[in-house]
Amino acid sequence: MSLGDSSTPLGKVRGLGSAQHGGEHWLTERVTSIALLLLGTWLIASLLLLPQLDQRTLLEWLHAPSGAVPMALLVIIGFKHALDGMKVVVDDYVHEPGNNFVTNLVMLFLAVGGGALALFALARIAFGGVA
Amino acid sequence: MANAPSRPLSPHLTIWRWGPNMAASILHRASGVVLSFAGLGILTWWLYAIASGPQAYDRFTAAARHPLELVVLVGVTWSFFQHLLTGIRHLVTDTGAGLELGINKTSAILTFVGAVVLTAALWFYFLGVAK
Repeated sequence: MSLGDSSTPLGKVRGLGSAQHGGEHWLTERVTSIALLLLGTWLIASLLLLPQLDQRTLLEWLHAPSGAVPMALLVIIGFKHALDGMKVVVDDYVHEPGNNFVTNLVMLFLAVGGGALALFALARIAFGGVA
Repeated sequence: MANAPSRPLSPHLTIWRWGPNMAASILHRASGVVLSFAGLGILTWWLYAIASGPQAYDRFTAAARHPLELVVLVGVTWSFFQHLLTGIRHLVTDTGAGLELGINKTSAILTFVGAVVLTAALWFYFLGVAK
């Protein structure tokens, strides 16, 4: 501590500690990763098992609940896992509090917006007619 | 930072010697960023193409056959398998297992080999089936 710095060591570290949410974030990342392990395997296996990969076949596949439901889960959990992962990356490299907040906010909006777009496309497939 | 220490801090690619373990670590992060943006972006685009009918889907597959786009798609597929395999490795090391130097190095190398083999196999299949 230099002369003129009146704050005590305790005063310096107050408010700089853990926000008590790190454990939950860490665990959520792992839980979504296990879900994506299953859903990713499902996606690859489905693409390999489909007789063709033309639009008609893919539409029928995702129109049925057996295709639409896992795909909806893949989209939701995929965007959530991407958001959690990007927060770790952003917090590692963007240190200035203002920039950090704005970058994390952009990531949140991208994830929610992208997830909503993907779910809307899937809803059109699942609830639309198979013409 | 208020009192920047002169010692190197992690992550510090310029100081760490490249080895399989640290390469697996940074590739897990890089492939995660690729999947978050290009991976989920292409997944969303693909769902819209399926939802928008046969002509729209033909435009998607035609675009996918452009050499530049093919490089992106193969890159995303490789990122998927690399992230999946290093992800499994992370889940194992999270339990405290597989941290011995030899096993840790071997498992890192296995993720590189596995990701390349799985990417190649899947694309040989896709280019053969989805004419």
